[in-house]
Amino acid sequence: MTALIAAENVSRILPGPQPVALVREVSLAVRPGEFVAVTGPSGSGKSSLLYLLGLLDRPTEGRILLEGKDTARMSDDALAAARLARLGFVFQFHFLLPEFTTLDNVLIPMRRLGRLSEREQQTRAKALLEALGLADAAGKYPEQLSGGMRQRVAIARALANDPAVILADEPTGNLDTKNASAVFDIFAALVGSGGRSVVVVTHDQELAARATRQVRLVDGRITYDSAAAVA
Amino acid sequence: MSLTLAIALGHLRRRKRQTIVSLLGVALGVGFFIAIAALMRGFQTYFVQQVIDVAPHVVMKDEFRSPDLQPAELAFAGGAVAVRGVRPREAVRGIREAGAKIEAIEAIRGVAVAPVLRGPVLFRYGARDVAVSLAGIDPVRERRVTNIEKDMTAGRLEDLRATANGVIVGIGVAQRLGASVGDTVIAVAPSGVTTSFRIVGLIETGVTALDEREAYVLLRLAQVILDRPNVINQIRIRLDDVRQAEPLARRLEAVFGYRTESWEESNRNVLALFVIQNAIMFSVVGAILLVAAFGIYTIISQVVHEKARDIAILKSLGFRAGDIQAIFLLEGAIVGLAGAVVGWAVGYGLIEVLAQIRFQSAGGPLRGREGFILAREAWTYLAGGGFALAAAMVAAFVPARKASRLNPVEIVRGAA
Ligand SMILES: Nc1ncnc2c1ncn2[C@@H]1O[C@H](COP(=O)(O)OP(=O)(O)O)[C@@H](O)[C@H]1O
Ligand SMILES: [Mg+2]
Repeated sequence: MTALIAAENVSRILPGPQPVALVREVSLAVRPGEFVAVTGPSGSGKSSLLYLLGLLDRPTEGRILLEGKDTARMSDDALAAARLARLGFVFQFHFLLPEFTTLDNVLIPMRRLGRLSEREQQTRAKALLEALGLADAAGKYPEQLSGGMRQRVAIARALANDPAVILADEPTGNLDTKNASAVFDIFAALVGSGGRSVVVVTHDQELAARATRQVRLVDGRITYDSAAAVA
Repeated sequence: MSLTLAIALGHLRRRKRQTIVSLLGVALGVGFFIAIAALMRGFQTYFVQQVIDVAPHVVMKDEFRSPDLQPAELAFAGGAVAVRGVRPREAVRGIREAGAKIEAIEAIRGVAVAPVLRGPVLFRYGARDVAVSLAGIDPVRERRVTNIEKDMTAGRLEDLRATANGVIVGIGVAQRLGASVGDTVIAVAPSGVTTSFRIVGLIETGVTALDEREAYVLLRLAQVILDRPNVINQIRIRLDDVRQAEPLARRLEAVFGYRTESWEESNRNVLALFVIQNAIMFSVVGAILLVAAFGIYTIISQVVHEKARDIAILKSLGFRAGDIQAIFLLEGAIVGLAGAVVGWAVGYGLIEVLAQIRFQSAGGPLRGREGFILAREAWTYLAGGGFALAAAMVAAFVPARKASRLNPVEIVRGAA
């Protein structure tokens, strides 16, 4: 089965008088239905790896394959289009647009993509909010919501265009245990329901254990991969 | 509503006061432009219209641009001979073979021609003397060349024929003489010939210089009193297309040699003044719009700076660099367009206020008018709006491009 997104021997080195290696020779293939938890000490390159997998950054060595296709030869605009249609991001900070309501924030990727009719977009956005327990928050602005709710809105927005892969960078970092657990339940449900994959960076070993696959990163290298350990 | 527009409006709504200040800056620029343009263009068009209406479009005179070569210069051509102090021979010389020339000019399409003999004459009425420029005209032809009939406040052009020794005088001439229609004035020519004329009509062109100097009689009569039988010294020409005046004048002068002036040449100093006026107008408006554009630049730069996170998130969501640029260009366009629309209203209002102002002008070409002459022209609205939009887009371009180039990874990292 082709990996949805795969890193092949990827390194990301910041140029300069003293080059900094953020990620070193990482190979990681995320297959459909996988729920990957990436752990590691602070500064080990987890975020950097996620930006590479999410096509926000380009590797200095190796290659990133999106559904089998080498992304090195894709233009910036093509990468943006791939992010729009195939990937969903969730960051530690919610990053909602403050001028827009919850509903409108969720609608933004759909409107940009324009694949659904306006009616269908509304229906889908409302369904997503409801699935995430945000039905009452649709008309509210981000500043009127609690941290846990904002993060769920961000997840709803990441899901807007039904992406193949959700990439989440410490999405529970600012949440209490109850809300953090709820977010992981959502991720687990997402992978369980079909061909979608989730890659989530977390500090929390307990939550990481709930993923289907654990990857540990130290100093930019993968030092443990539960999938490789089983094989 | 498009997504780009929604995001752009969202940004501007968050800084209402700044947006309104910049918008008003643009509006003032556009409004003043429209009002000043209406004022200046109004006067200029009126003036040009007056000139074109009153005077012939092209006049050929019995003069040459360079004085005749003196016999000594001819005899020693190329030699070191300079003749100084050459004076014109005679006041009224005349155009040679005028009949043939008139026929040739008349053959050109869209052209009407009238012969004139013009010369200085003294009018005497009672104890008063007024120097006038007496023009001998052919009424039938003259009517096709100048609009003197439109400016007649008393009598008709035909009365020149109907009355023996009839004369039509400028209203200023009549006033200075203290004479009016029906009175008989004595005309004294430089040659000493004296004739009595009967005033049959009055002319008021509005141009004081003309009204205080002009007098019209039949051509034949002028030839008698000026003692130049069968001579004319001006060929006046009117064109259907007034823009052809200058080229025609140049062509006629090249062919016939006589000094031939278009109305543009005769009024060159005034027209040059208009060019300077317009340049000042555009500079003032340009300066106002420059300030407004700077305001727009400041706002959008600030939005880009403050919204770096939002830009990063939009990019991570899959917005392309071009999409981001479009958002901020659109913000500039919104301020520019809204400013233009408000400016249109300001300009319209200013014009209406100016139109209410009443005053009496003492004299000159505006005599008899009681207020500003305002040209209400659609192009000033379009041009003002165009300037505003262009200035706003230029101002928005730099910050918009900066926004489109922001690297989301750096921003997300910085925030985490
Ligand atoms: N622009 C940069 N210049 C220098 N070092 C950087 C830069 N960006 C990140 N780093 C360093 O690279 C390493 C990896 O960072 P990151 O991927 O954010 O790790 P993690 O997410 O695991 O904490 C860290 O040590 C960080 O300090
Ligand atoms: Mg990190």
